[in-house]
Formats: sequence, C-alpha cells, structure tokens
Amino acid sequence: MASIHARKFVSSDPEKCVGCCVCEYICSYEKEKVFNPLKSRIRVVRLDSLINMSLACRLCENAPCVTACPRDALTQSKETGIILVDEDKCNGCGWCIEACDYGAIMIHPEKRVVFTCDLCDGKPKCVEWCPEDALDIVSTDTLAQKARISAVRKLFQETTKR
Amino acid sequence: MYGYAGKILRINLSNGKVSLSPLEEVVAKRYIGGIGLGMYLLIKNSKAGVDAFSPENPLILTTGPLSGTIAPTGGNGHAFVSKSPLTGGLGESKSHGFFGTELKRAGYDAVIFEGKAEKPVYVWIDDDNVQLMDAKALWGKSPQETEDMIREDLGDYYVRVAAIGPAGEKLARVACIMNDKTRAAGRTGLGAVMGAKNLKAIAVRGTKDIAVAKPEEFLEFVKMLHERMRGPATEKYRTLGTPLNVLVHNSLGALPTRNFTNATFEGAELVSGEYLNKQFVAKIVGCSSCAMRCEHLAIVSEGPYKGTTTRVEYEPLWAFGPHCGVDRLDAIIKAMELCNLYGLDSLSTGNIIGFAMDCYEHGILSKNDTGGLELRFGNAEAMIEMVHKIGKREGLGDILAEGVKRAAEKIGKGAEKYANHIKGLEMTGYDIRGLKTAAIGYAVSFRGADHNRHGAYAIDLKGAVDRFKVEKGRSKYVIDIEDLYTIIDSLMVCKFSRGVYYKEFEDLARYYSLVTGIEMSPKEMRRAGERINNLGRLFNIREGFTRKDDHLPPKVMSTPIPDNCVSKGSYISQEELDFMLDDYYAHRGWTRDGIPTPDKLNELEMDELAYIVEGKIKK
Ligand code: SF4
Ligand code: SF4
Ligand code: SF4
Repeated sequence: MASIHARKFVSSDPEKCVGCCVCEYICSYEKEKVFNPLKSRIRVVRLDSLINMSLACRLCENAPCVTACPRDALTQSKETGIILVDEDKCNGCGWCIEACDYGAIMIHPEKRVVFTCDLCDGKPKCVEWCPEDALDIVSTDTLAQKARISAVRKLFQETTKR
Repeated sequence: MYGYAGKILRINLSNGKVSLSPLEEVVAKRYIGGIGLGMYLLIKNSKAGVDAFSPENPLILTTGPLSGTIAPTGGNGHAFVSKSPLTGGLGESKSHGFFGTELKRAGYDAVIFEGKAEKPVYVWIDDDNVQLMDAKALWGKSPQETEDMIREDLGDYYVRVAAIGPAGEKLARVACIMNDKTRAAGRTGLGAVMGAKNLKAIAVRGTKDIAVAKPEEFLEFVKMLHERMRGPATEKYRTLGTPLNVLVHNSLGALPTRNFTNATFEGAELVSGEYLNKQFVAKIVGCSSCAMRCEHLAIVSEGPYKGTTTRVEYEPLWAFGPHCGVDRLDAIIKAMELCNLYGLDSLSTGNIIGFAMDCYEHGILSKNDTGGLELRFGNAEAMIEMVHKIGKREGLGDILAEGVKRAAEKIGKGAEKYANHIKGLEMTGYDIRGLKTAAIGYAVSFRGADHNRHGAYAIDLKGAVDRFKVEKGRSKYVIDIEDLYTIIDSLMVCKFSRGVYYKEFEDLARYYSLVTGIEMSPKEMRRAGERINNLGRLFNIREGFTRKDDHLPPKVMSTPIPDNCVSKGSYISQEELDFMLDDYYAHRGWTRDGIPTPDKLNELEMDELAYIVEGKIKK
C-alpha cells in the first residue's frame, strides 16, 4: 500500500478543456440515466470563453469533507481514497460542501443528500468521453510531474527565444 | 415525450400573463423544432400585415428536440422567429452556446413573447416560475454587461442570458440578440423586435432532467458523431475556421470587394484566415456538448486597438474587410467587437458601411452627411466611427441603422444602385455574379440574401457544374440542399457539423427517432424539410411577397466582374434570373408566380394553411 501511484482522481487540463460539458452529460447519464448537469459528479466552470475547466473530487488526503461532517455520513475508502456517502446518515446539512475547496461534493437535487465522484469503478466515463482528451486519471504526484514538465518546457522555450 | 419538453410557454408582456400549452406530437413531427416549429407558431399566432414593431407581432423562441441532450451541437442551439423589421417577411435567426440547453431544461420547447411591456423588463424563467423583472438599470447596457448584471442580480452563476444591446433598444433594424457573450442570433433584425417590446433580456435557469427514447443506441450514435467530428468533415472549422474562405474566394474571383465593385481583393493575404490564426487567434473553444470546437477567439495585442477581443467568423470579417476595402485585421476585429457591444448584426452592419462608402465615392454622400468623416473605401478609422454611429443611431448612423434598403431610399440620388440586398436583407460574402447556382438559392431564400438557407455555393465552388452558366435542372440541386438545411435548422444541429451526417436525411431521421421515439423515415424527414420551406414561402406570400421579391442585388445584375480573374465579365441578367426562377418554381411544384399550389400543400399535409394561397393563383 501507500504506493505513490495510488489515489488517482479525475483532473482536467485547462489548456485543453474547452468547456463543452460532455463530461457533465455523460456522468449524469452514467449515474442517473438522464442528461442533467445538476446530477453530474464533474462540473464545468467557464469563466469567460478563454478560461474553462472541469472539476471533480480530488480525493484529498485527510479529506476535509469527511472531517467536517457532523453525522459521520462520509468515510474515505482506505484503498482508493474515494469518498463514500452513507445516504441514511446524510441529512444534506452542507458542512462538507463548505469544507471542500473545489465544489466537488454537492447536494443531489432530488435525494437531498450529497454525492461525489466515485471514479466509475475504475473506468471513468468522463475520461472516456471527453472529446478533447482534456481529462485524465492522475495522482497528485503525476499531476505535479505534468505541471513541472510543462513549466520547464515553457521556460525552455522562453530562454531559446531570446 | 422524449427529447421534447412537451410544453410551449406564452408570455404576454403587456399584462404579465403567463400560460402554458402542450406541444402536440403531430406538430412536433411535422415541424421538428427550431426554425420549423418557430415558423409554424408564428404563422398561427400572428395576423397578416402587422408591423414588425407592433405589439401584435409575436417573438418566438424555440429549442429543438436534441437540446439539452449530449447530442453534439444539437444539444445547445436556440432559434428566434418573428416578422423581420428589415424585410417585412419571415425573420429567423439561430444561435448556439449554452442558452438553448438551459431553456430546454427549464421545460420548454418554445416561448411565445406577445404584447409590449410598458417599461423595460427582462423575463426570468426559473423552471416553472416565470416573472417579469425590472430592467431599468440594464437599459443602455451592452448585452455582455447585461448578462453579468443579471447573473449578479439573481445570484446564480449558471443563469443563461440572451439580451439585446443599445442598438436593439433604439430599434436599429439590423440589431441582433446575443447570448453567452460572443454568440449572436444575428440576422433579420430580431433584436429590434425585442427592443420594440421593451424586452431587454431573457434569463433562464433550468434544472430538469432530459431523457431520450433509446439511450444506448443514441449514445452509440453520438459516439460515432464524435469520431466523425474529429475527422476531415469538420477540419476546416477546427483549424482555420470559416476565415479559410478569404483566400479560396479570392482565387476564384468570388470575394465581393468594395461593395461588389470587384470580386478579388489585393489585400486578401492580410485578412486571410491563415494570417488571422498566426497573429490574432488566442484560443479555439466550443459550445456546450460540441466535439468540434470552432470558436476562434482573437485578441489584438498591440496598436491602437490593443486589448480588443472577439470571436471571428468569415462573414463579418468579409463585411468589414474586403467589402469595405479594409486590409487591417486589428480594425476589423475592433469593428466586430463593437457590434457585439451594441448588439448589431456584424454582417449587415459591415455591409451597410461598405454601401455608404460606395455612396461617398460616387458623391451621393458628402462630408456634410458623414459628420466630417472621409468615408472612402479602405478608411478603417472612419469605418469604426460609423459602427459607433449606427449603434447609437447618431447622424448618418441613424439612417444606416434602418438597413441598406431603407437607407438607400432615404438617401435617394440613385443610392439604390449601390444597396446590395435581397428582400431588404444585406448581401453576404459570396460574389454570386460568378456563382450562378448559388444565385438561385439567394434569390428565392425566404429570409432574403443568405448563403445559409441553401448552401448552393458549394456546388459552384466544388466545380461540379459550370458556375458561369445557367441551365435547366440546376435548381434541383438547390432544392435538395434547401430541404436539408431547413431540417438542420429545425433539429438545430450546427451547420458547421453538416458534413458529419454522411447519409444526410437518413442519419438525421435516425438521430431524431433515437431521441424522440417518434419513428421517422428518411423520406419523411426530407418531406419535413420541404414542408418547412413551403411554410416560409407561405408566410411571405401572406405578407404580400410575389415573384418580384425573388430578386438579386443591383450590382449583381448590372455590373460584370471587372477584375482579371477566372470570373471576369460574369454577371446575371434579368433573362437568366427569370429562366432560373421558372426552373426553380417548376421543381418545387409551385405556380409560375412562385405560389405553392393547393395540391402541393395537400401533399405536404398543410391544408390548414391553404387559405393563404386562395385567390392568389392565376388560372
Ligand atoms: S468534456 Fe473535456 S473538454 Fe469538455 S468540458 Fe469536460 S473536460 Fe472540458
Ligand atoms: S469532496 Fe472535496 S474535500 Fe472531499 S475529498 Fe473530494 S475534493 Fe476533497
Ligand atoms: S469518474 Fe465517473 S463519477 Fe467521476 S466524474 Fe467521471 S463520470 Fe462522473
């Protein structure tokens, strides 16, 4: 356990994401058989046309949402890091929503309990469907690697330009 | 009902009354959605001869059966339909983005806006809850500011807005309706219809589920479309975008330059898609549910227009570029941004300024008229000044805001010769003097000068026919694409995606059936396309249009292309036009005056509208 490659989550590359919402559509269909972004576990933010990114649960270490829950409705899987919701215990109070920095845990519009990304049993539908290949399933470590690589590439280009 | 929301919302702006009616399945199947459904609702809810600005002229907003699903591009469109203040005939305009999706999720296939609010209002559609809101603080604001202010006001980031700008408020007949900041329902001046109703904006938030009839097969179909959308059929839109046309049209002598004085432009390289992409395009993005991404966002990074940003498409680029003889992309981008801010149809606006420049060059307008502007072809600064003037209806801009046809009448002194329009709608960026198949499509289009109603330029440009010749049977091609295009605009799939429906009506019929569960054969789908084209014709006939209104712009019929290029010497004579119209009407099954016969209407199951042609058919 505790391998560096454990705890992978869905992350979008803002350079590639165009904010098309296909991930929202397919997630809501996969989980609830309807098209409705309010029932999607991944949400797109499009601040203006140039800034788009979709966000899903990051599977935080010592997940703040779990800590915040006053009813012990949330637990984090030791193995995968996924946040599990005990729907009987959750009363939709929203403390977890407040605790999450990403808006990645949200209230179900009908069931009134929270829900979040469960990685589709290891086969994320959103990753499969994103037409821009903007989504990937990564660990914090590989995410950092990616950021370093693109930063170095940029720096390198800048130095060679001069 | 699957796909469809099954509901039509009616909002009376005069008294604030809101009511609902069901969308009947036979109407849905016959008129599909989008412009088809919108046109049907318009003809049923309006009386002949009303003024476009009268409270009695309804404004219809529709979504399509695919709206709100994952269907690429079909998921996100909406259409506005009304009597056009520019043409006095059928006005329709579509836009994509996120607004239509939201409206469908709010639970509506169509919204009918009737009457006129006493004071400026905006309509707030919050699922089943519909309210008129005070828009005093929004009056005078740009559509973009309006969108932000409404979102702020309602405190919900996901609210979607379609709004008019100052041009629509001032009833500029070339005003558009903007949504999602950069997207416009541009043509036929429907922004002014909103203005006349004191309706500043429509804000929507929808939370309902959208279900489709055969989800598994539907998703398979969509997946296939995604694949196709990454392939050659849409490559143009993903790479250079529509500005690719600049050099293509130029090399074929089909790039209208200086208000149709020339058909080639010496500055073409400088306004080409290639140059634009290299120097200005910052990012290419897309609409909700689309897998193509076509929206080329350009930013001007230096010079007097530094910081200007807009989405760029060929038509406005052409209108402010070659058409005005301007070869500076920074200025063209500026003019387009201003159109977004005023809420002006950028294509029509650029066209009108080119017309005014032509008048100036010919001494019909003087410095006295232009407020001191040296309004010559190529004067980019003067062009930008004129956009401001049109947006504010100031000075000469007040006259030009009436559209090229009315402006020419007001200016007089022979200005009509330079007013390039069809049925009052300004001409678009194809020099049809040397594109004679396209010319038929332009002449008969129910919304006036429009390449998008028939796409017949493709036949000419591909070289499938001799484009300099007029011959029997050519209209058959035009009709085929027209019928396909009305379906595309009724399903509200984006026209840029048309290439991915390899089997055309067959693919589209399947798409429709998978979503709605309403069985539709390819043949029935084609018939629906024909029906909607006949419907457009009927509306115009009801408003008094005759064969005379199927005309071409004056320069196209009088001035042979002068440039040394393949199309040199080409133009279209009255005899040629008459020949083409006879051929077209005959293939449509219409009379020699272009009127659908009762038999035709019966065949198309449109008997309920046969009263329109009664007494109009000469024996
Ligand atoms: S599907 Fe991909 S490109 Fe589209 S919004 Fe989601 S992450 Fe972004
Ligand atoms: S829901 Fe939010 S706080 Fe909880 S694990 Fe996911 S990202 Fe972290
Ligand atoms: S992995 Fe599955 S549950 Fe998570 S956001 Fe993607 S589609 Fe939704």
